[in-house]
Amino acid sequence: MAQVRLRDLNKKFDGTHAVKDVNLEIRDREFVVLVGPSGCGKTTTLRMVAGLEEISSGDISIDGKVVNNLAPMDRDIAMVFQNYALYPHMTVYDNMAFGLRMRKFERPEIDRRVTHAADVLGIQPLLERRPRQLSGGQRQRVALGRAIVRNPRVFLFDEPLSNLDAALRVQMRVELKRLHERLETTAIYVTHDQVEAMTLGDRVVVMKDGTVQQVGAPLELYDRPANRFVAGFIGSPAMNFIGATLAEANGSLWAEAQGLRVRVPPQKAERLRRHAGQRVVVGLRPETLRPATAADSDYAFDATIDVVEPLGSEILLDVRVGDSPVVARVDPGLRFSARERVRLAFDPARVHFFDATSEAAI
Amino acid sequence: MIEGARWKKWLWFYLPLGAFIVALLFPFYWMVVTTVRPDGELYRPWNHPLYSPFWTSHPTFEHIRDLLQETLFNTWMLNTMFIALVSTLISLLCGVIAGYALARLTFRWAGILGTAIFVTYLVPQTLLFIPLAEIIRDYHIGDTPWALILTYPTFLIPFCTWLMMGYFKAIPRELEECARIDGAARWQAMLYIIFPIAVPGILSAGIFAFTLSWNEFIYALVFLSSPEQKTVAVGVTSELIRGDVFFWGSLMAGALIGSVPVAIVYSFFVEHYVAGITGSVKG
Repeated sequence: MAQVRLRDLNKKFDGTHAVKDVNLEIRDREFVVLVGPSGCGKTTTLRMVAGLEEISSGDISIDGKVVNNLAPMDRDIAMVFQNYALYPHMTVYDNMAFGLRMRKFERPEIDRRVTHAADVLGIQPLLERRPRQLSGGQRQRVALGRAIVRNPRVFLFDEPLSNLDAALRVQMRVELKRLHERLETTAIYVTHDQVEAMTLGDRVVVMKDGTVQQVGAPLELYDRPANRFVAGFIGSPAMNFIGATLAEANGSLWAEAQGLRVRVPPQKAERLRRHAGQRVVVGLRPETLRPATAADSDYAFDATIDVVEPLGSEILLDVRVGDSPVVARVDPGLRFSARERVRLAFDPARVHFFDATSEAAI
Repeated sequence: MIEGARWKKWLWFYLPLGAFIVALLFPFYWMVVTTVRPDGELYRPWNHPLYSPFWTSHPTFEHIRDLLQETLFNTWMLNTMFIALVSTLISLLCGVIAGYALARLTFRWAGILGTAIFVTYLVPQTLLFIPLAEIIRDYHIGDTPWALILTYPTFLIPFCTWLMMGYFKAIPRELEECARIDGAARWQAMLYIIFPIAVPGILSAGIFAFTLSWNEFIYALVFLSSPEQKTVAVGVTSELIRGDVFFWGSLMAGALIGSVPVAIVYSFFVEHYVAGITGSVKG
């Protein structure tokens, strides 16, 4: 149980600035997920917390104590690696006991802890096996077990699920969440998968090019993305972006693009009026779109259907608005066909606007 | 897999394979036949009506008896064994540690140092023995086993270092990182995690080093002079060839028995050895 604090954290490798001025405060027992595309610095950040990577500048403190110069073994953390990093020449039991033996625990205590962890993870029958005799999911559990036997102050996870197949990944995701609720240990989790980030994190940190883009609860990121990158990264299918110009007409503000003229909702108009006459980007989530009715006139636009993707629980419509591609997620009961013209309406409360140059949310 | 017509497989696979095997094993066969052939047959001219170079109808162990009783062969075997074992151990110890350092520690001159070590391996022994002979004379260890035990590592250490470096690089770094987070210091992670995983690599480096020192000829020929100090390779060729007289039977018996220990070592560790060369670590 511990707080972790990163202050002005930087990492420079020869010629590249991998992590730039990262500031982050992780509360006791919190599950924080670092998410971003590959090369965004999330794994490097995690490795600096672990002590596997030297810090170029800035501080990392655990429970108020700066750990910059502490060896990994002295930080009281546990880490689960992407490739599990199980010791191939040891049995499952020895793999889990290794950390305790290194820390000079008494034999009965080691036995008690390993047995308990194996119970929790359901790997009791595998204790005498070697890693090569285990399936991917079982190896994953052993790696988790090796981390939890030590009761560390902080858990670090480096893409622990990305080597598993899709079905197993969903299952382990749920188990991880359950495990965290049960153990109540501070955890930092790195992934490139936004679904994992959204489902596991108490808070999610979105990173890009070494900088933190936004920190917030999953739904906060989804509902109020700080910039275009976060908006496009969180949510699947991704948010639609349409470049438009703001114009004032009939006392209200309109976003205009080729084949599109929609009203800026009154609650947003106040902030957007400063940008009148300028380029902006309109962001529409696929799930906020639906076929229009007569009442929607100001918040609707015409589109041509390119492709219809019936997924059973929903239909994805790939349409064109002017020359921008847009994806809409609509009710599976509706019938559409390619080349058809369709009028789509959106929920005015859930439309986003971004500055065209800074890409920040307006 | 479908390979096409059967004759093609014979022509392109079995036939070359057969030729290869014959070419490889024929010298051994020749050694065996010559060892057990009586002198009367050995020195029979090729146009004699009973000339039969590839077999003998009167096998004898006379040459082996001569070799073991009339020469210092047993001493040579013991000398060779001692020299090969000790120089292999020294080279392994240095090679494993150096290989680990070059593969894992990111110090400034690691790359250059690795290449430099390799370059020393490329200097031909036929040149190196000249300066080495001087050193050995200065230290007064000529004509003792130490002359070889201390010079063999000059080519064994670079060799072991490179083999181990490749092997250590193939072991995922995370294993060590995980061990260090688990509470092991670097030397503990090395000792408990990396070295046990590297056993196949260490074994193959050891086998290679042992074979190289067992078969080494030039240094042994130059640095040892008295018959009771010699190794098998030198002893057999210098004591069983007197001027232009070749004691073929005993010579071949010596070669045959001399190659037995290497064969045993190989057959013992062949599985580890293959794993070591192909460098496979499965998690």
